[in-house]
Amino acid sequence: MNNAIYFPLLLVSVLVTYLIRAIPFVLFKKKIENKRVQAFFDYIPYAVLSAMTFPAILYSTNSIISAAVGFVIALILAYRGKSLLVVAIGTCLGAFLTSLLLTLVV
Amino acid sequence: MVFNKGIKDGLAIGLGYLSVSFSFGIMAVSQGLSWWQAVMVSLFNLTSAGQVAAVGIMGSVGAASLSGGLIEMAVSTFIINLRYSLMGISLSQKTDETMTTPARLVTGFAITDEIFGVASSQEKVSRNYMLGLAVLPIIGWTLGTLLGAVCGNILPDIVTNSLAIGIYGMFVAIVLPVSRKNKSIAIVSIISIVLSIICYYVPLLHEHISSGFAIIICAVVASLIGVFMLPNSESEVATNE
Repeated sequence: MNNAIYFPLLLVSVLVTYLIRAIPFVLFKKKIENKRVQAFFDYIPYAVLSAMTFPAILYSTNSIISAAVGFVIALILAYRGKSLLVVAIGTCLGAFLTSLLLTLVV
Repeated sequence: MVFNKGIKDGLAIGLGYLSVSFSFGIMAVSQGLSWWQAVMVSLFNLTSAGQVAAVGIMGSVGAASLSGGLIEMAVSTFIINLRYSLMGISLSQKTDETMTTPARLVTGFAITDEIFGVASSQEKVSRNYMLGLAVLPIIGWTLGTLLGAVCGNILPDIVTNSLAIGIYGMFVAIVLPVSRKNKSIAIVSIISIVLSIICYYVPLLHEHISSGFAIIICAVVASLIGVFMLPNSESEVATNE
């Protein structure tokens, strides 16, 4: 990637990410009392992750079928409360084996 | 000694990050970044969802659209990482007297979902504990990105494609267990997915809204619906995650 585009974008992402962590950690000592603001902050991470994952996950491998299998395995493992590492590996394996199978069959 | 306890507690996080950032490295290269560009993104950002969005923006921005891209980057990174503000405030309640302002400026960099989760399970959080806790996750996250970015070129397509899905698997693993315990979060997540599907498959929206902004719009709208339409008596459950 062209450095003239990369470095300004990197700088903005790094600065914003750092400041958003450091400033409240340095300044705020009290807990947020407003219930609605609190609820908004509770929801945001999960809403972001959900929107980011679906439907993008279906197009993250070379075929929608292998991606769908990976996604279903992720759902099953996560539902059973497996760790992030186990779910990530299971998802990859599921997609990989399905791709392999598809290559052999087609 | 407290530093060593931090190192030990950080091992599992570091190993987890190693494998997940491997997927990130592959994804970053597929967006047009070189291996060292991908490594720098991980080393200086140290965040999963924020980086995936950042790299997506980097891949979609041309020289002509740089100023728009910078605004999109600032807004996306701000919204996606907003949760770290709350974690910082929450962690502040547990810090001891060694956590001076300079110490906060340094250790604040390492507030991630997982590091926050482990740190906030401690009775007291000191400067040295946070420093120790951050070491292996930072190494794992950066090293995994390097391996993914480099090996992504060597490994056959079928393997790299299968590894790129891993980071989404991790996102599922974060959202689903919490959604099972907290109905409001489950509903907000589903609303967010429905909005995301609409943004993706309605041609008019797909053509005019970039993926980074689409995520923000979906998440903010879904969360606001949650705030004003759902009971949030269980909101404490989420902050413990």
